[in-house]
Amino acid sequence: MLDIFPPDRTQYPAKKADGTLDIDLTSGKYLKLWQGPNHPGITGNMSVELTVCGDEVVEGKTHVGYLHRGFEKLMERRTFIQVFPIVCRVCVPEPDFNEYCYAACVEELAGIEVPEMAKWIRAMILEMGRINSYMMYLGGQAGALGQGVIGQWTTYVRDLMLDRFEELTGARIYHMFILPGGVRDTLPDGFAGRMEETLCEVEKTLKDVYDVMFCNAVFKKRTVGMGVIDPSWLEPYGVTGPNARAAGVAKDVRKDSPYLIYDQLDFEPVTGQNSDIYTRADVRRRDVWVSVDLIRQILAKMPKSGAVMAPLPNVLHWQIPRGETYVRGECSRGEYGYYLVTDGSGYPRRINVRGPSYTHAMALLERMIVGCNISDVAALMVSLHTYPPEIER
Amino acid sequence: MSFKDVLSPFTAWKHLFHDPVSIRNPIGRAAAPRYRGFHQNDIEKCIGCGTCETICQNGAIDMVPVEGIQTKQGDSGLRPRIDYGRCCWCALCVDVCMTKSLNMSNIYTWVESDGDAFRFIPGVDKKPWDDAAHGYRRPDDHQLTGPTRLREHMPEMEPEERIGSFAEIVHGYNVEAAKLEADRCVSCGLCVATCPTHMAIPQYIKAIRDGDYDLGVALLYETNPFSSICGRVCTRKCESTCAARHEGDAIAIRWLKRHIMDQVSDEQIKKVVGQPAAPTGRKVAIVGAGPAGLTAAFDLAKKGHQVVVYEALDKPGGMTRFGIPEYRLPYDVIDRDVDVIRSVGVDIRCNVRIGQDITLERLKSDFDAVLIALGLQDGRGTRIPGSDQPMVRKAVDLLRRVTAGEDIGTPRQAVVIGGGNVAMDIARTLARLQKKQYGEVKVILTALEDLPHFLADADEIKESGEEGIIILDSRGPQQVVIENGQVTGLKTWKVKAIFDEQGRFAPTYDETDEQFHPGTMVVEAIGQMADTSLLGDALTEQLAWQRGRLQVDAGGRTSEAWLWSAGDMVRGPDVVSAVADGHRVAASIHAAITQGVQQ
Repeated sequence: MLDIFPPDRTQYPAKKADGTLDIDLTSGKYLKLWQGPNHPGITGNMSVELTVCGDEVVEGKTHVGYLHRGFEKLMERRTFIQVFPIVCRVCVPEPDFNEYCYAACVEELAGIEVPEMAKWIRAMILEMGRINSYMMYLGGQAGALGQGVIGQWTTYVRDLMLDRFEELTGARIYHMFILPGGVRDTLPDGFAGRMEETLCEVEKTLKDVYDVMFCNAVFKKRTVGMGVIDPSWLEPYGVTGPNARAAGVAKDVRKDSPYLIYDQLDFEPVTGQNSDIYTRADVRRRDVWVSVDLIRQILAKMPKSGAVMAPLPNVLHWQIPRGETYVRGECSRGEYGYYLVTDGSGYPRRINVRGPSYTHAMALLERMIVGCNISDVAALMVSLHTYPPEIER
Repeated sequence: MSFKDVLSPFTAWKHLFHDPVSIRNPIGRAAAPRYRGFHQNDIEKCIGCGTCETICQNGAIDMVPVEGIQTKQGDSGLRPRIDYGRCCWCALCVDVCMTKSLNMSNIYTWVESDGDAFRFIPGVDKKPWDDAAHGYRRPDDHQLTGPTRLREHMPEMEPEERIGSFAEIVHGYNVEAAKLEADRCVSCGLCVATCPTHMAIPQYIKAIRDGDYDLGVALLYETNPFSSICGRVCTRKCESTCAARHEGDAIAIRWLKRHIMDQVSDEQIKKVVGQPAAPTGRKVAIVGAGPAGLTAAFDLAKKGHQVVVYEALDKPGGMTRFGIPEYRLPYDVIDRDVDVIRSVGVDIRCNVRIGQDITLERLKSDFDAVLIALGLQDGRGTRIPGSDQPMVRKAVDLLRRVTAGEDIGTPRQAVVIGGGNVAMDIARTLARLQKKQYGEVKVILTALEDLPHFLADADEIKESGEEGIIILDSRGPQQVVIENGQVTGLKTWKVKAIFDEQGRFAPTYDETDEQFHPGTMVVEAIGQMADTSLLGDALTEQLAWQRGRLQVDAGGRTSEAWLWSAGDMVRGPDVVSAVADGHRVAASIHAAITQGVQQ
């Protein structure tokens, strides 16, 4: 918190006996204000009910549910293969983790061994998705502080990556490419070359973004020291991913419990120290470089040929023995996981999606937002990198 | 914070001198070759199996009738209609398409002001992307309808082993193999439409997958009390229309049916079949204990009618027992099916020949309805010179004698005329008898048709060859050669054409290509006909006939109100068709004899 304009604590509401704030809206001291659900400064549809005193937030309540589609319940009414096309819709900007986690759950419970080639392609797709997700974040983070041009640049490289997704998976946003048993197809001819061109473009843009966004007096003024997540909050709030790594904790599922082929790749989790908005943005920016490097490693190390699909039973009446499992991966926002329970029938008994946005956007934000200047709320929300579609599954 | 942080943001201005990166005309942009765009369907290739509709998790696909496409065997006549208000372009429909007719184009955009246009039948409703060369096609190794396209191997006896006896050749699936085979089924139901008696095939195959054999038996008995028999010798028209055959082998429907029956004990089958309804006091007489007669008897007895079946021979089963050799259909299997039919109260009286032991008039007066299901017991003759010799025999006659345990005077060398299943049956029966008696097989089979057009099953032809029978196709019999009053062989000419230009049976021969096939017995297996002498002259005169067969209505009723007829004698030779006919005629008889009766 900048100390130029120290808040006048005498204006603060008193606490009642039960610990809640004693806010008397008729007093004229406080104002209820809704940030969202359609505020351009937030990534998606959620809202924060702010109580402000002057321009300072004294209380914030998160409201979700605007995007609730009941995916977990929808999945219980679908056969195992029919679930595959809808899981990606749980998270719009980074759908591939849903596809991977669901497929891995099913494979584990059905005892399917995924071909080696499919594992490498899966890992590459996840890294491509991570770059896209970060690009969207960088644009949003800059945009929340008035820097529209960053969003234009990152959207451009994100679009190039979508072109790669299109030629590889056959779709731009919802790829529906990773399915139980493997992936749909092999790499198209000349894919590695075009991917390299795209990666070069990503690097070029990252350098521009660094110069204009990170080496920027205004950006630094508004983000350094802002929105600090205290390291002691990480465990109780279940903070993972860059939000935790920016606090100096090298938590990364790719490294901690490697899945797919991550144990054959050479990389180190990116960490920061200050745990403020600037550090979190910087951790993500540097994480893009890691992903670029990982894609290069994958393309160099992956097998040149091989099956991409394991033989599946007839999916029209596929029954999976009774069991339960939890599969997780490191998505751009943190730990992403699927919990699947099967009961021997042709339908999943229960699917639970563990998305990092759920913890970051709801409980953590409520705590962080108190004392924040109203003009910084948008930047603070974006800095947690939450995707409301993924909160509401 | 430094001075650099103030200046650095201005580097953004260098982009002023860069070309714009946006695409000028995104509408005309070509998508990637494997892009999952709008659907294309080759409606000529499509068989309307509806697997796309089944897999669609959005309910975006409906199977609808299409003008100009007729329902026929192996084609439901329906085509998928896709609703783009629901579609999510996951392409699972393309992945499970059994004929690879359904694909996706790589067209990117479609602008339309009419909302209804977004629900359309690909391939029928013309669209701009119909001819797009690229788009999502199912990759070759991307297979979601089972790990294999091939039929599960059926264990059976080796040729050397089986030629030495009349033991059943096919061993039947075990539970594991049956489950794997059942797993390949996509439950489209094209087979149900094709089966003459419309057996609930996808449902009983599901029962195998679920291991619920009691349900399987119940489903079988809904439509077919001859399931053990049909599970072995059915002509399986269902398999010829199976959706799976478009990219591999048809599902082994016949063997799966047999598997269900093999898995359940006689007592359990009887329990599943259940007891008949309360007696109605109506009586029905059935002449002939073959598939048609006994099916009708089963249905009528289940409804509570008193049913008496008269059989001229000493055992029930009709042609299934006396026409089909034991190595294809063991006699105890027939006994098993007949025993279940008896268990619902059907009274089968063997060794009673109607017309001799009891008159038809007597049945007419004693019963409320009479059904004759005599089958086709008499073989047709070739009427070629020399065919009146005693050593020129009819196949059905010989097969009946073999079943009865009589000595048929097995020849050292035999010639069989005919290319159908009966010809194969007698040739293979003779081969076994020869092997037993003389230690070697000397049977020549000649047929008018060329090998690809043989009427016999491909399996029969293959197995006959393996057993040492010489099969000569496109040979027309001309003369039975007789020397010193003894048959010595058959003279044949090469067939040029079997049918004339109008499609009528009128074989033409190449007389220069003559062959002599040595044999001391010539067997004619060119077709069968019914012996209707039991009707008597007066009744034969009264009844209406159509091209040598009794004329019957859709329910099998003849022109005489008290008399019905069913089975091979009105429908032609086939067990499952006879079963279907038995059901039809039973329904007709039931309706007639309960008319005006309070149910």
